[in-house]
Amino acid sequence: MASGQQWVLVEMVQAFYEAPAYHLILEGILILWIIRLLFSKTYKLQERSDLTEKEKEELIEEWQPEPLVPLVSKDHPSLNYDVVTGFVSAVSGHISEEMNLPPSHKIIVNGKECVNFASFNFLGLLESERVKLKALSSLKKYGVGTCGPRGFYGTFDVHLELEERLAKFMRTEEAIIYSYGFATIASAIPAYSKRGDIIFVDEAACFSIQKGLQASRSFIKYFKHNDMEDLERLLKEQEIEDQKNPRKAKVIRRFIVIEGLYINTADLCPLPELVKLKYKYKVRIFLEESMSFGVLGEHGRGVTEHFGVNIDDIDLISANMENALASIGGFCCGRSFVIDHQRLSGQGYCFSASLPPMLAAAAIEALNIMEEDPGLFRVLRDKCKHVHKALQGTPGLKVVGEPLAPALHLQLENSSGSRTDDLKLLRAIVDYSLDRQIALTLARYLDKEERFLPPPSIRVVVTVEQTQEEIERAAQCIRQAAEKILK
Amino acid sequence: MFEAVSSFSPNYSCTVSIENVSMGDYQRNYDPFVESFEETPLLVAVLTYMGYGILTIFGYLRDFLRDWKFEKCHLAREREEQKDFVPLYQDFENFYTRNLYMRIRDNWNRPICSVPGAKMDLLERVTPDYNWTFEHTGNVLKDVINMGSYNYLGFAENTGTCADAASECTVKYGVGVSSTRQEIGNLDKHEELEILVARFLGVESSMAFGMGFATNSMNIPALTGKGCLILSDELNHASLVLGARLSGSTIRVFKHNNMQSLEKLLRDAIVHGQPRTHRPWKKILILVEGIYSMEGSIVRLPEVIALKKKYKAYLYLDEAHSIGALGPRGRGVVDYFGLDPSDVDIMMGTFTKSFGAAGGYIGGKKELIDYLRLHSHSTVYATSMSPPIIQQIITSMKCIMGEDGSTLGQERLCQLSENTTYFRRRLHEMGFIIYGNNDSPVVPLMLYMPAKIGAFGREMLKRNIGTVVVGFPATPIIESRARFCVSAAHTREMLDKALNAISEVGDLLQLKYSRKNRHGNEGSDSFSFLESHQD
Repeated sequence: MASGQQWVLVEMVQAFYEAPAYHLILEGILILWIIRLLFSKTYKLQERSDLTEKEKEELIEEWQPEPLVPLVSKDHPSLNYDVVTGFVSAVSGHISEEMNLPPSHKIIVNGKECVNFASFNFLGLLESERVKLKALSSLKKYGVGTCGPRGFYGTFDVHLELEERLAKFMRTEEAIIYSYGFATIASAIPAYSKRGDIIFVDEAACFSIQKGLQASRSFIKYFKHNDMEDLERLLKEQEIEDQKNPRKAKVIRRFIVIEGLYINTADLCPLPELVKLKYKYKVRIFLEESMSFGVLGEHGRGVTEHFGVNIDDIDLISANMENALASIGGFCCGRSFVIDHQRLSGQGYCFSASLPPMLAAAAIEALNIMEEDPGLFRVLRDKCKHVHKALQGTPGLKVVGEPLAPALHLQLENSSGSRTDDLKLLRAIVDYSLDRQIALTLARYLDKEERFLPPPSIRVVVTVEQTQEEIERAAQCIRQAAEKILK
Repeated sequence: MFEAVSSFSPNYSCTVSIENVSMGDYQRNYDPFVESFEETPLLVAVLTYMGYGILTIFGYLRDFLRDWKFEKCHLAREREEQKDFVPLYQDFENFYTRNLYMRIRDNWNRPICSVPGAKMDLLERVTPDYNWTFEHTGNVLKDVINMGSYNYLGFAENTGTCADAASECTVKYGVGVSSTRQEIGNLDKHEELEILVARFLGVESSMAFGMGFATNSMNIPALTGKGCLILSDELNHASLVLGARLSGSTIRVFKHNNMQSLEKLLRDAIVHGQPRTHRPWKKILILVEGIYSMEGSIVRLPEVIALKKKYKAYLYLDEAHSIGALGPRGRGVVDYFGLDPSDVDIMMGTFTKSFGAAGGYIGGKKELIDYLRLHSHSTVYATSMSPPIIQQIITSMKCIMGEDGSTLGQERLCQLSENTTYFRRRLHEMGFIIYGNNDSPVVPLMLYMPAKIGAFGREMLKRNIGTVVVGFPATPIIESRARFCVSAAHTREMLDKALNAISEVGDLLQLKYSRKNRHGNEGSDSFSFLESHQD
């Protein structure tokens, strides 16, 4: 046996001598590499801690989470809401045939009957008897709720009718309805704009737009409020970026999101210039018209009618039905090419129950009223101008907003430096007015969540039903309050 | 076939299980927790994939024909002036919609023109061009049995105390509110509703919002933020996912209803802390639903609560489908298991399903609700609920609680429970594969193959039964299903009629896949269901 082994050994040694040099060198390197690997530290793929079970148990014992919510002090000013116990209508309690009684528009707040300068009831349809009757007859036919989303037997003929009517009214191809005003633009933006796309937004955009932007995960670029040069600068910068990488530029979508009438600053957007920028830089425009639908334009069609812009130039118009139409919900309208996409990708549309049919019927009736009487909008515009003029010259308060805007802000001329103190002063003015039967309200914001927090202000809303005398009385009351409290 | 209690890995077992959880003296209102998700038969899975493959090939072919103008294109097109803009949609995004969804689109968005009760009236639609456009003929299909609306307790009605009360409220308050809760939209009705909901749930305080979807997407961001951890179930609803994303917290997903997976995530999270910095998490929030509407499964609540207490996490329970539908008193999944409502930190639910209205609520301790009154996005920026809707909820809730002086609520709860048991038992006996818990009124019936989705919906409509079918992307691609929602308004005759029709269609389309014992015989191989239909 020993000879056999020796024989093999000799052969091996012979092979060793006969092998070409590169072969030997390669084998030598491999052997050295194996030795190195054997003695080097092992590479850990995952972070496996070296903690023992006992240590883990200790860590679990020790860990203390924060309380679920931080404590809120009992006398936080916003904790106790003003309680509204009713709307006083001229025919309260029963439906009367005679509609020629002047509609009253008082609201009972905290037990006091006041003139309503606080709800966004621009066309006075909250107390309209026609709308209530229509809602009642719809209730008798359909019940209250829809018990399902639009895809699963939640589509009623009233919804289809309302969508058709809105599309016809706004002179677009198609409209789509949401059951909640806030969710409308917040679902529309992420349906089109995804990660990697670019959105140019005005700084004064409202909170629902901000939530839509956050949900879309796109690049957001803010431009200064109503500053077209700033926007053009951003667009030019983007153009330069595009030239560096043309292939990528061909697939990145771009959008501009603006409001017709800004809710935070009560002024108009410069729509004709924006349309020019749209065609120059090839960006799509999304227009949010919650405050201007049913207010601006000869027939109430919003800011496009006001400026005389072709409605097809705007890719998507979104508005909520909770202001001028005095119902609940929201809608988007535009070309079918754009709107139809939301029927499968709008989260607030697909995954949520549809609008209760009585609210849709109320909105249809409100639309009827708007179409029958276009004189309403002129009356509203006159009243807005009147209120704007009447509030000028209030000592210590400045009026923020255009004369056309139905929802104005009254801000302090000289801020005291601290937001809470400012809010206290303004709240005192509101309370003073409530005592004298003028219902006003503070404009509310989430301080920590807003990107560009507007200064504290009082909201003054103009409706079609306020009489001359009431407007004078309100202006007088505010002046007195300001003199007394802001001296 | 596997039961829902499967171990996560061979040597890892959960420290709590539904049998040994000690909750003190509580009354078990349920039989042993029986859920089943029968495995897809192999032949069926293969055929389903083949079906999708053939559809995809045809899809490419049709796209090619449309591009080269051999076939008329019905799709809406971009404006001429905007042709050189970046395209709004990418072609492949809509491939599924254009080529698969379009073929069976007539099963969804069916318009109705009556109360969505146990029976409904559908508007007849015809399509001249294979579902690209629809026309209403003007005919109405009367008295179609409604197995699709979420009408668990039958409160979708236009007569009766609820409708009368809602009418009165409309006359008094009107329909709209036009302001937010914090400004001047807070009616006394809202406060009345919130006190009632708190009493119904057995919690200290509650708050109501105008939309169920928005309740989740607006309040989760108010509760957690950066530095917090959210543990969310695999099959959570889109609103929970959106709310978790908007909050900015880290999200980790655990397997559906799997307690071992959840416990492992909890332990890892507390021991290792935040990724990379290893700082401890500020808080951990577990998101679960009461009944999962696509699976019909019920959350294993005693185990989740035991885990939550052990690891000091917070629990957010979304009872969209289970409130009013489960439990001997209709108080939801907490009542079903006989647990203490104060163990659940945040109880959320919607009013759309069992109460026949719209909106959502959150209930919990007073500090939580006070905080939400100040910091919820909805109270500051969104219009408050409409008064007649509130009245509908108040009346229906009082009815369920028995406070309106009648036993109607209790009767309906019993009727729903009986209907559920009967319906599930009969479908099981017929040999269909049914997912979910024996007590859940949501009954998914597996269809699997894409062609059967369309066929099932249409055949059922021919027999005057309105059903809901779901496919991709709401479900995994091969697990498309028909989903029935049992209601207390369904009488035994209606259910029998529906069951006979389902059995007929099931035979026609060969849907009786189940290999489990029906009448005591165990099918041994995957071809047994074929054999049994060949005679």
